[in-house]
Formats: sequence, structure tokens, C-alpha cells
Amino acid sequence: MAEQDYWGVGTKDKLTRFEESMLPHMDAAYNLARWLTRNNSDAQDIVQEAYLRAFKFFGGFRGDNSRSWLLRIVRNTFYTWREKNQREEDLINSDDMVENLQSDAPAPDALMLRQADSEALREAIESLPLEFREVLVMRELEGMAYKEIADVADVPLGTVMSRLARARLQLRNCLIDRMTRTAEPRSGSQPESPKTRLTQPARKKD
Amino acid sequence: MICSDMSESIHAYLDGELDLSRSLEIEHHLKDCPACSRVYAEQKSLRSAIARSSLHHEAPDRLRRDVHTALRQAAGSESPSRRRWDWRVLWAPLGLTALALLVVLAIVTRPSAESRLSEEIVSAHIRSLMPGHLMDIPSSDQHTVKPWFNGRLDFSPPVKDLASAGFPLVGARLDYVSGRTVAAVVYQRRKHVINLFIWPARNRGGPTDKTLSRDGYHLMFWSQDGMSYCAVSDINLAELDQFVLLLRGPE
Repeated sequence: MAEQDYWGVGTKDKLTRFEESMLPHMDAAYNLARWLTRNNSDAQDIVQEAYLRAFKFFGGFRGDNSRSWLLRIVRNTFYTWREKNQREEDLINSDDMVENLQSDAPAPDALMLRQADSEALREAIESLPLEFREVLVMRELEGMAYKEIADVADVPLGTVMSRLARARLQLRNCLIDRMTRTAEPRSGSQPESPKTRLTQPARKKD
Repeated sequence: MICSDMSESIHAYLDGELDLSRSLEIEHHLKDCPACSRVYAEQKSLRSAIARSSLHHEAPDRLRRDVHTALRQAAGSESPSRRRWDWRVLWAPLGLTALALLVVLAIVTRPSAESRLSEEIVSAHIRSLMPGHLMDIPSSDQHTVKPWFNGRLDFSPPVKDLASAGFPLVGARLDYVSGRTVAAVVYQRRKHVINLFIWPARNRGGPTDKTLSRDGYHLMFWSQDGMSYCAVSDINLAELDQFVLLLRGPE
């Protein structure tokens, strides 16, 4: 930062360079923040703050992967924000769900999973514990390599691999659970009930 | 049943994160193990379901505008506040001032070319007074001395005998002053030695007429007909002046 700010003339230059390398990743940044917060306006706040932080520390950016660098800041911004606004739901969310869904899901069907719609997938992914959700989102929605995910989440490569495996297993169980439940009470008059049951940990709506 | 050591590798295999040998190992295992191959099939289905879905959130336009504005504010507030408090900006003017001072000092205190020259001439003069150093060719005949310089210098110094005026020519030698070989013609005044250094005037005028005193010696500089001269001796200034006038005089 020192050399660019010598006369203050470097500032415009810095902004231009920053925008050129970081603005193209705004969708990725928002997508991650949106999945982490599960809320539009919180995600926007976090992305904006992350961009300001990134701009401040841009002088220290020497790497070649600007997306990973930015996403790491987004993630850190989120965790800081979360500490301040700690919500019960995140805690309830994680382990109970794992217990409930892991073991006794009915016989799986690959074909059935293939037909899972966006809404079912969205709810299932949002119900995943944070540390599973973030690796899954980075892998499946951003198409990031394990190495990049490890950089962003600041964990070893092996941890990325095992979290991803567990995230997918849980996702699968969650989906199958939901689909069998929607299939069963077809006769009943409560088509909304399974959905409400699954999203029990109250999500803040957009 | 699921092979526990395979469960994670299947995902890495699915993601193309395994090296070739490990991939082949997994492929081989999937053929033999129905449980694992079912897990693999499920995960492939799940992945294609995600791929087909519209789960990727795109940044809203409002966010783009907000970030754009916020960054401009941050960039704007970063420079002036920095400039006001940043001591580093003082370095440039300070540095320039210091540099200017140094240059002025260097110019003021630098020994001028002339003063360096006179110093060297005095040294050469003193050296010549040491035994055996005064002359390469002892001769009172200007017609012997002048040709002696031929082939020893790239110029031909005028040599004049002033014996009739009380400044007899006693000889000559080559000397080295200010980075070049010069002619030194030696005269005598009673028991005093006068060295006359002669070299081609480097620039148009050469050193202007000047009289200096240094360490008890007098030096007189002048230029004439493309040659620079310096007469140096410990005789009194009036006599040296007379000597110089005689040399410059009629011709």
C-alpha cells in the first residue's frame, strides 16, 4: 500500500485495479453469503462489508486466485457477523438433523434423487450445518477445486473431502426423507405439512 | 453395506480430485461392490439434479450499485486523510531541499578547477626542486631546448631565453599536471628557480590572466596564441610579473 499511496495519486489506480480483479466475483461472493446467511439482506450487507475490507487489504493481495481471496474475506466477514448475531437456529439445525436423517432413511433410489426439484434441494441444502453447507456450495455451485475450498475455509484438504462426503450423504438423506413423506400423505389434505416440518428451524424470509 | 474406507474416496472420484491410480482403484471397486456403486449412482444423480437446478444466487443490482458507491467513498476518504497525516509525504520535499543544499554546498566548497590546477602546479614546482628532478635537458640555448620537446609532446611550446633581462634559461623537462603531460621550461633568477608550465589551451580562452599565491609561491596564469602558461616561483611578485611581461611582451 505504501508505494501506491505515496502522493495519494495511487488511490484511483488502486480502485481501478481492485475493481478489475474483484468485481467479476460478486456473484460468487453473494452466492456464498446468501447460502451462509440464508437471507438476502444479510447477504448483501456481508458482501458489501467484505468488499470494503478487501479493498482495505488489497495492497496485501499477492496471490493469483482473486476469487478464493475474496471468498475467504466474505466467509470471515460472515463468521464475524454471525458471532454478533448468533442465532439459536444454527445450533439446533446441525446435529439434530444429522441424527434424525442419517440412519433410517428408506431404500434410496438414484432415479428419485435425480428428480429432486430446486425447491427441495434448496431447503435441504439450507438445512445442512454451516461447515457442510459452505463446502457443498463452493463445490457444487461454484465448481471450486478442493484446494481452493481448503484455502477459503482455512482447513486441510482432507477435511474438505470428508466434510463434502458427509454433506452429500446428509443431503441425500434429507431429500429422500422429504420425498417419501410427500409421497405418502398424498391422500391427506395437507400438502404443505412436510415442507413446514422440514424447514422447522425458522428461516428468515427474503 | 458401504465400505467405510471408500466412502470419501467415492466423492473425490466424483469430483475428479483423485490421481489416476487411485481413480482406477475406485473404478475397479465400484464394479465389484454393489453398495458402493449404489452410493456412487445416487451421488451422480444428486449432482445432476443440482446442476439442473437454479440454486446459484446472483448478486442483485442494488448490491452492485451499493458496492460501487461504497468503494468510491472508501477510496475518496482513504487518500486525503492519509495525505494529511502521513509523514511520508514530507520525505519528498525534505529530500529535495536536502539535495539542493548538498548541491549548493558542493558547488561552494568544491575546489575550483583553477585552484586544483594551481595546487598541482605548486606540487610540481616543489618536486622539481628536489635533487635531480629539475631538468631533463639542461641547456641555456633555446634552440636546443625547443627541438628537444619534439617527439616528446603533441604540441610545440615556445621557448625564449631571457638571460639578457636577468632570467636565464637553464633547461627543460616534461612534467605531468592535471592529467596531461606538459612542458616545463626552467629559468633562473639569482638563486631562485622559475618553472614555466606550458600546455595547449583546452577551451577557447584557456585560463584567464590570474595571479595566485599558495604556500609562499606565486603563480601567474595566462593564455596566448592557443597556449596556456603558468609561471611559478618563490621570487617576489614584482619580479615574477616582470618575467611574465617579458615573455608575453614584444612577440
